[in-house]
Amino acid sequence: MNGKSFFVDLSKCTACRGCQVACKQWKKLPAEKTVNTGSHQNPPDLSFVTLKVVRFAEREDKGKLRWFFLPDQCRHCLEAPCKMASSVEGSILHDEATGAVVFTALTAQEDFDVIRGACPYDIPRQDPASKVMAKCDMCIDRVKAGMLPSCVKACPTGAMNFGDRDEMLKLAQQRLALAKKKWPKAQLVNPDDVRVIFLATEDPAFYAKTLMAQVDGSKRFANRRDFLAQILRPVKNMTSV
Amino acid sequence: MPVTRRHFLKLTAAAAATTAFGGLGLGCAAKQKTAAAAPLPTDRIKALKPEWSKQTTSICCYCGVGCGLIVNTALATNRAINTEGDPDHPINEGALCAKGSALWQLGENDKRPKTVLWRAPYSDKFEEKPWDWAIKRIARLVKDTRDKGFETKNAKGEVVNRVNNLASVGSAALDNEECWAYQAMLRTLGLVFIEHQARICHSSTVPALAESFGRGAMTNHYNDIANSDCVLIMGSNAAETHPISFKWVTRAQERGATLIHVDPRFTRTSAKADHHFRLRSGTDIAVLGGMINYILANDLIFKDYVVNYTNAAFIVGEKFGFNDGLFTGYDGQKRAYDKSNWAFEMDAAGMPRKDPTLKDPRCVYQLLKKHYSRYSLKNVSTISGMPQEDLTKLYKLYAATGKPDKAGTIMYAMGWTQHTVGVQNIRTMAMIQLLLGNIGVAGGGVNALRGESNVQGSTDHGLLFHILPGYLPTPMASMPTLAAYNEKNTPVSKDPKSANWWQNRPKYMASLLKSMWENADLEQAYSWMPKLDPGGSNEYSWLALFDKMSKGQFKGFFAWGMNPACSSANAHKTRKALATLDWMVNVNIFENETGWFWQGPGMDPKAVKTEVFFLPCAVSFEKEGSITNSGRWMQWRYAGPKPYADTKPDGDIIALLFKEIQALYKKEKGALPEPILAATWNKTDKHGEFDAHATARLINGTFLKDVKIGDKVYKKGEQVPAFAQLQADGSTTSGCWVYCGSYTDKNKATQRDLKQTPEQAAIGLFPNWSWAWPVNRRILYNRASCDPTGKPWNPAKAVVAWNAADKKWIGDVPDGPWAPEEKHPFIMTTHGFGQLYGPGLNDGPFPEYYEPLECPVTKHPFSGRLHNPTALSFEGEEKAVCDPRFPFVCSTYRVTEHWQTGLMTRWQPWLIEAEPQMFCELSPELAKMRGIANGDKVIVSSVRGSTWAVAIVTPRVKPFKVQGQTLHQVGMPWHYGWIHPKDGGDSANLLSPSVGDPNTGIPETKAFMVNVRKA
Repeated sequence: MNGKSFFVDLSKCTACRGCQVACKQWKKLPAEKTVNTGSHQNPPDLSFVTLKVVRFAEREDKGKLRWFFLPDQCRHCLEAPCKMASSVEGSILHDEATGAVVFTALTAQEDFDVIRGACPYDIPRQDPASKVMAKCDMCIDRVKAGMLPSCVKACPTGAMNFGDRDEMLKLAQQRLALAKKKWPKAQLVNPDDVRVIFLATEDPAFYAKTLMAQVDGSKRFANRRDFLAQILRPVKNMTSV
Repeated sequence: MPVTRRHFLKLTAAAAATTAFGGLGLGCAAKQKTAAAAPLPTDRIKALKPEWSKQTTSICCYCGVGCGLIVNTALATNRAINTEGDPDHPINEGALCAKGSALWQLGENDKRPKTVLWRAPYSDKFEEKPWDWAIKRIARLVKDTRDKGFETKNAKGEVVNRVNNLASVGSAALDNEECWAYQAMLRTLGLVFIEHQARICHSSTVPALAESFGRGAMTNHYNDIANSDCVLIMGSNAAETHPISFKWVTRAQERGATLIHVDPRFTRTSAKADHHFRLRSGTDIAVLGGMINYILANDLIFKDYVVNYTNAAFIVGEKFGFNDGLFTGYDGQKRAYDKSNWAFEMDAAGMPRKDPTLKDPRCVYQLLKKHYSRYSLKNVSTISGMPQEDLTKLYKLYAATGKPDKAGTIMYAMGWTQHTVGVQNIRTMAMIQLLLGNIGVAGGGVNALRGESNVQGSTDHGLLFHILPGYLPTPMASMPTLAAYNEKNTPVSKDPKSANWWQNRPKYMASLLKSMWENADLEQAYSWMPKLDPGGSNEYSWLALFDKMSKGQFKGFFAWGMNPACSSANAHKTRKALATLDWMVNVNIFENETGWFWQGPGMDPKAVKTEVFFLPCAVSFEKEGSITNSGRWMQWRYAGPKPYADTKPDGDIIALLFKEIQALYKKEKGALPEPILAATWNKTDKHGEFDAHATARLINGTFLKDVKIGDKVYKKGEQVPAFAQLQADGSTTSGCWVYCGSYTDKNKATQRDLKQTPEQAAIGLFPNWSWAWPVNRRILYNRASCDPTGKPWNPAKAVVAWNAADKKWIGDVPDGPWAPEEKHPFIMTTHGFGQLYGPGLNDGPFPEYYEPLECPVTKHPFSGRLHNPTALSFEGEEKAVCDPRFPFVCSTYRVTEHWQTGLMTRWQPWLIEAEPQMFCELSPELAKMRGIANGDKVIVSSVRGSTWAVAIVTPRVKPFKVQGQTLHQVGMPWHYGWIHPKDGGDSANLLSPSVGDPNTGIPETKAFMVNVRKA
């Protein structure tokens, strides 16, 4: 057993946002007050109560229009930088069986800037009132009970998949080979470093700047520079296939 | 890691293995508001266990795809605690879109009114009232109004037995059994103004498909889309509006199918398509007529299919002609055609004369060729704005499916239906599908994506002015007896090879009459059926109904499971019309712009006399009954939670109200009390509550006495096994003959068996899952998937195949049991053929190009007739044609996250979070011209009014080059309304015109003219 993983084939995502709402339904997370800002993306970003958000990005190249959809969430890194950056025992757990990275109420005692800054995908968010941090927990309650994570269960097109890591890696390679026939630049995003492996049909940056690991974290790490330089090492080694 | 439902149940029944993380307080749960009242474990897995909650299955209440759900209801509180997709369900396989995923918040929502609300005339507030008070008061009003407005004879002295001052709209949101009981109540009372969602969403589908193939429904079903080689989505944004249909589109793509999206706008559907081609809204007939021309000019038809199965070889009578946009027989005064000019030429035996060589200049094939020869690439391109190279690419890709081993399918919705040429838009594609041999085959068909979970069922059950249940025409005043009705409505064919199934109509009408009035003789029952005067849609359909309401014709009105104040084209007119009513009954789940119209923008409650009753109803998963998806699958839903607070299922409200009306008539008599007192359709259980099972059994039909058919004797009281056993002499009931066979020894809508034969599994028919009308046939016209000897055109995807040794068909339930050469395959058309030439429609036997009634041009290349000469419009209502004040084309549409007027989605925080406000999508070019930046508030206005929206400036919208000019198009959703949320905006239908299709009166909300400016 090599733990669990998600495989997210972005070529099949229709941005129906079943995953975004299914996440809130299972966890009974409240809705945010939003407004239309000239985009269909809403809530505009992840938050303490929005652990999964579908990002929308339009791009026109040489008259060819593309609309990229990214169901964004915690990647459940194999070596989680957030956990490495944590300074409170028990605030960030790494479940051995599944590989899920889970925040607990103890995250309230962490330095939020450090934890968020440590994340190469900019995932952690904080409740301004309680200071507790939140992100996707892999629906670990469901997974432990043999069920699919809510978001994967809801996905209509087979964009989202979940299972044993080895199987997911195999599926990812199969889908990549197929996808390359249609989109020569198709690639898997950081497959060796994360448990949420995205298949992008084009440059991952076309979807969102945080789809692929951010190697330049200098702006975020004004504090505790030395420590962060150390913990960022594995992140910098992340490359795409 | 597939989890089946059995597995799901087992897992949740087992002790939850969450010890490692149990009790850690993961820091992301919502406030446990109900913790004190509901002793539920905080562990969500544990809460799903049978000690804590019960599991029921249901079907999603939003679009017409029909996805399965599992609902967990807490035993302690009787409230739902979790809803998610049913992994065993063959359509959604556990998946749900944003709306389906948010279903829990539909039921568990503290914004639901808890009690009956009553608004006194001229009052500025609602008051809470008890049910029994309200039911008594409404029954009194119904009786008094009916007694005043009842008409026994019309101006011509014909018996009509109808009530002219009561009207009803609704509802596709009801279960089948409720729909049927509701129409029974309305018709028992004598109502003729009966309309609902189907009129304004897919009414154009029914005559278009019925004229072409014989039945008005989606030909195939959702799973079957995966069998297609080329999926054309046109007039639909399926990825957003029917999201789970994309499971099967995606599967087709995985098997190598090409996906083409033709749409004015680049949407989430276009994003997944192999090709996206843009056309100006309203120019579909030009583009599709061009495809017919391309197919014929390049001889790409599936010739064996066309010659054997379509009326291509029929000779058309000498009186037919076409000149400059008009067919023969046009009467300019009446704005109508005399259709007798379009008849076929008959031979000595009374059968249509044919030329199988297709050479006769008067044969359908040659007339078709001539008609569409004008639809050249140049002409089509200049008016549609689609470049010629795109047209050629589209035509080539799609015409390639005209091979025996290829299948092309079309998925369409409101983009085609909501036009003054709505019926003919669909007809054009139906004809293309016949030319390419794509009807009856796996992966083919004309797939009408219906937008409401039970709009197929509500249409089947006749909640429309023009049809009784089972597509039996509403009796006309000119048909005084059942015999006269049957004579007028029963087609005759002299061709022994034509099944001419509608020759059985008298059996279905008799069985319907008996299901409403079991103890009355047939002629008596027929006399009670309310009758129509001539005029059709122009007199009785949705737009006409609200026009008459605005002129004060109606005193009482039911808006039952509908929100016409937002859903109706020209919503201002509709909202004002509501104020002419003496009283209105509004049955719904949430506060809405219809029931609360007297508080709306521009209304002074003190000046509005209308007495309003708001009756709060249960949501879909709080009650039991069946619904029918657009693939005609009748699926049973079970009750999970009890109805919230003091709400009631619609069926209970119907049953209570009718019982009270009956009591009043029994006591006081009044206008024609007999049909009310003799009614036997109101099936209730021992608690006096609506009995969905008894009603479903009645819809199926029962033998009223012992009947011998062939060698078999059916006993009195036995369920009728199938509609072939229904009788014309009154010895059977059947509330809706197409559902006969659904509830026999067992309730087949409840079937949940995934078992299939290898032949069935090869194309995913799922015959043991639920039940499909007719007779569990999954693909209509499937005999046409075989050559005339019964051998499948494409053996790899056989739908049916004739086994000559056993003398039977294998695979799907064949469309008629006869041996292949015994009968023609289109058994519902009079002559047995698919109709390329359709002489029965009101605006011509061939579709012809006309501009929308509001349009940006003064001429088009096909004729001198700018508009459909028979279109429905109202005198004195201005229209913007090439009007510089309103230079931009506008379409209304939907998004994934909301549904219809938003009544059932705007109140769900998770959905309003995702799409919070009214928007207007426009191109960067138009934005620049008008000085609008992305996210700016804009005012969109038309001849009829204006409303605000947030500008979404996007390259997904682009200007068109039309006749050398640059034309802009914009689009808006119609999901919002002033009542909630307060900063959400109002309905796009404030802008749309009250003009409609001449066949069905469906409003033209997909192409009208507006202006956009910065607010």
